[in-house]
Amino acid sequence: MQEEITRRISDDLLRPLVETSWRFWLLVAVLGSVVATGLATWFYQIYNGFGITGIRNPIYWAFYITNFVFWIGISHAGTLISAILRLVNAGWRRPVTRCAEVITVFALMIGALFPIIHLGRPWLFFWLMPYPSERQIWPNFRSPLVWDFFAITTYLTGSVLFLALPMIPDFALVRDKSTGWRRRVYAALSLGWQGTTKQWHRLESAMQIMAIAIIPVAVSVHTIVSFDFSMAPVPMWHSTIFGPYFVAGAIFSGIAALIVAMAAVRRFLHLEAYLHPVHFENLGKLLLMMSLLWAYFVFAERITVWYGNESAEREVLLVTQRGSFAPLYWTMIVCNLVIPFVVLSLRKLRTIAGCVTASFTVLIGMWLERFLIVVPSLGHKYLPYSWGTYRPRPVEIIITISTFAAMMLLYTLFSKLVPIISIWELKVGEHPFAQETAAEAGNHRLWKANP
Amino acid sequence: MTAIYALYSDPDHVQRAVDNLRAAGLHDRDIVVISSEPIEEYEFSARDKATWLFYAAGFGGVVGLVFATWLTTMTQKAWPIVTGNMAIVAWWPNMIIMFELTMLGAILATVITMLVAANLPKRGPKLYDPEVADGKILVGIENPPSTSVQSIERALLSGGVARLKKIGARP
Repeated sequence: MQEEITRRISDDLLRPLVETSWRFWLLVAVLGSVVATGLATWFYQIYNGFGITGIRNPIYWAFYITNFVFWIGISHAGTLISAILRLVNAGWRRPVTRCAEVITVFALMIGALFPIIHLGRPWLFFWLMPYPSERQIWPNFRSPLVWDFFAITTYLTGSVLFLALPMIPDFALVRDKSTGWRRRVYAALSLGWQGTTKQWHRLESAMQIMAIAIIPVAVSVHTIVSFDFSMAPVPMWHSTIFGPYFVAGAIFSGIAALIVAMAAVRRFLHLEAYLHPVHFENLGKLLLMMSLLWAYFVFAERITVWYGNESAEREVLLVTQRGSFAPLYWTMIVCNLVIPFVVLSLRKLRTIAGCVTASFTVLIGMWLERFLIVVPSLGHKYLPYSWGTYRPRPVEIIITISTFAAMMLLYTLFSKLVPIISIWELKVGEHPFAQETAAEAGNHRLWKANP
Repeated sequence: MTAIYALYSDPDHVQRAVDNLRAAGLHDRDIVVISSEPIEEYEFSARDKATWLFYAAGFGGVVGLVFATWLTTMTQKAWPIVTGNMAIVAWWPNMIIMFELTMLGAILATVITMLVAANLPKRGPKLYDPEVADGKILVGIENPPSTSVQSIERALLSGGVARLKKIGARP
């Protein structure tokens, strides 16, 4: 019976790789066309110059940097959460980890693209890299933008490897189960994996070390992103709370993205037997906790500014709470605190639909939060003659929308090429040793679902 | 490559087969156990646990740290720019670069060591059976000495319900 369960796990999770419906191609075509539109718009911006965006003095950072911070935040869904769950050996992590780690890799790639888009002249991006140029000009290591380069490079490298290592045994499984060109491709990707006890030990030890190493790296990445702001003498940016505040916000939005992605995978790939309501409930509880933590940071930040009553900072505080940005600010509060609190604190509402609804609102709220950190402060600096306003132009809106489509497209293609749930890790969780009696084994949910 | 191996469905049988092979005079390093997932609950799985991975990660971290220290200080001395009244060699921002490259060094060293220790990528003939993907557990001996083939076969079959297979033939 155990062999039957093992085979069923393999068959269920490999099915999306071998069966392709017309809906998949339609989805890829729609998302691909949105991404292509975004790319074309970017080239249009490069050709015509940055003047076609809404970015003007004094608001030099707007949609693009908002998107940068937002996507880097989303990237905290995966590797960080997966690493923590691995280290504490949470059994329910098994179907979740790969879904999460993929988000990290793609969100980081998209997020890292925005400073390049924001450069206006992206071909000069390589100036950030430390290399011995013929003019002996090196990056200034005292610039937070250079810190970003190192932090994101380290996190992206670590996340890609953290995602790729546990995929090797699954590639070997696909190799054994497929034929033709697919077999050749997966044979190459599996690196000749056999599954000897030595290989399993090395893989698990490596994953353990990577999990330990990747947690401080993930924390450092968003702390460094926050340093882009807090190192500048701009009202409401120059704050010691920004590091932990950004990290908490990143984990918050990351969990929300993970819940949405898992719900989509569960529904469209028919993985109901593997992604259970309990996974959503547990992540929903984490989301609720992060919502409260986020609210605590917002309160601590705002009460300090309000009590300090420094004139420039008070202006930013008031313009967000009562002025022109108030509708966005209060929408953010409703999306990030009120809705998640109501939905996730009531057990009856903490269903899959409830968790997904709360996650959607959190994603909207966290994007608004990033926008409200970037724009109002730049528009209300210390001298009123330098104040300004910002209106996004179509290029910025199209590029922003296209990155959401890019995320969905990359996720869709990935789930088509790689088992979106780690098969070998799931099998470990389903070991017969966990089923103490034959009767319990007979009551296994996979066995009962389709005997 | 020649090999004798048996496929089992039950890890209890695998444990018995491994014990019988040891009793037949084979060393742990000669006995190959292959499965489609790690099976931690049995003694046969505890072999090969000792690893240098943790030391390799530490060494990689030290290399990253030394490199980052050299890169930042050398750059700042070679191209001294006064920025915000900071020292030319400014340790606070340098520590960020040093931290990131330390972790990058540790991560890369871990992965490289893991691949080398696990003998990946592996090309050429190897002991394997596609039935492992269906949940079977393979126990086998690569290049068995011709004098002990019969005792190996006996040991594998006495492990429990198993199918015996052979790869290649000795010249």
